[in-house]
Amino acid sequence: MIQLSSLEIWTIIVLLGAGTFLIRFSFIGLIGERQMPGWVLRLLRFAPVAVMPGLVAPLILWPPATGGETDPARLLAAAAALVVGLITKNVLAAIFGGAVTLYAALFLIG
Amino acid sequence: MPASTPKSAFWRGFRGGLPFILVIVPFGTLFGVVGTEAGLDIFQVLGFSFLVIAGAAQFTAVQLMSEHAPTVVVLSTALAVNLRMAMYSAALTPHMGAAPLWQRALASYFMVDQTFAVAHGEFENHKRPARENVAFFLGAAFAIAPLWYLATFVGAAAGTRIPPEFALDFAVPITFLAIVAPMLKSLAHVAAAVTSIVLSLLLVWMPFSAGLLVAAAVAMPVGAGVEIWMEARRDSAE
Repeated sequence: MIQLSSLEIWTIIVLLGAGTFLIRFSFIGLIGERQMPGWVLRLLRFAPVAVMPGLVAPLILWPPATGGETDPARLLAAAAALVVGLITKNVLAAIFGGAVTLYAALFLIG
Repeated sequence: MPASTPKSAFWRGFRGGLPFILVIVPFGTLFGVVGTEAGLDIFQVLGFSFLVIAGAAQFTAVQLMSEHAPTVVVLSTALAVNLRMAMYSAALTPHMGAAPLWQRALASYFMVDQTFAVAHGEFENHKRPARENVAFFLGAAFAIAPLWYLATFVGAAAGTRIPPEFALDFAVPITFLAIVAPMLKSLAHVAAAVTSIVLSLLLVWMPFSAGLLVAAAVAMPVGAGVEIWMEARRDSAE
């Protein structure tokens, strides 16, 4: 549960919105048609795969909903989402595969 | 073939954006549900979707806020998720850079994975003036953004009525895995992802979710380094 005041939450929303806009505006608005160093672009390309797996790994191994205890149903669901995503390259198919596996496993294993 | 005008470009962009409704609607609904479940009110949930308009970063922020991470960590981690958009911005500059500043600012607001994907494909195949490209881009945004807001609203309105048996806590991990899996298209991407996972698990003891920032800061150069190494190996093999 989020335990922040309304002001703190709105501060995060507004700053995140402004920061995200500046990232989007960076080249097209400010840098114009000047060239960027290649190594910067290369690092930027790896930002999503460097952040998102690390964000979810602890949530998958130690889910807060089970009090941090590793849950076979959630592990199976995570594996299913990953495998379906790798095979189909389709985000929606992967979400669907993970969700179906989660519900099936929760129903069977409990 | 009739002459291309900004108006016809707009509607071509709109049609190009339509297939992405299939992604946007469930994703936006899910954010509405998860945000409400985490304790945000409907205006705050909508505030995220209107002002940030970036699903993965929104989920990241809500997750870290639920874990009581400090504001600085919430912001820097969510912005790190959005760093890929600097790349989009750079890639679109040759095609839209000559448009007036206000048009470029408007396009920046709507620069999301889906509008970028549609527009970049089109611009690479057809060389047109910047004005028409901006119109095309805004047309794609017009197919996607309104439904993003609407889906968020529907999810937020339904959110608190969903019982715990639905295990919605796991919607975020599954969604993120589903986004990341198709990105793992080379050894370099896998190396970055594995580095990120291993370090974030090893550093989970660090306060304020700082371990994730460290993991990401190491994983980015690891991915870049492996890519450089692979390119060098390929070049020497030729």
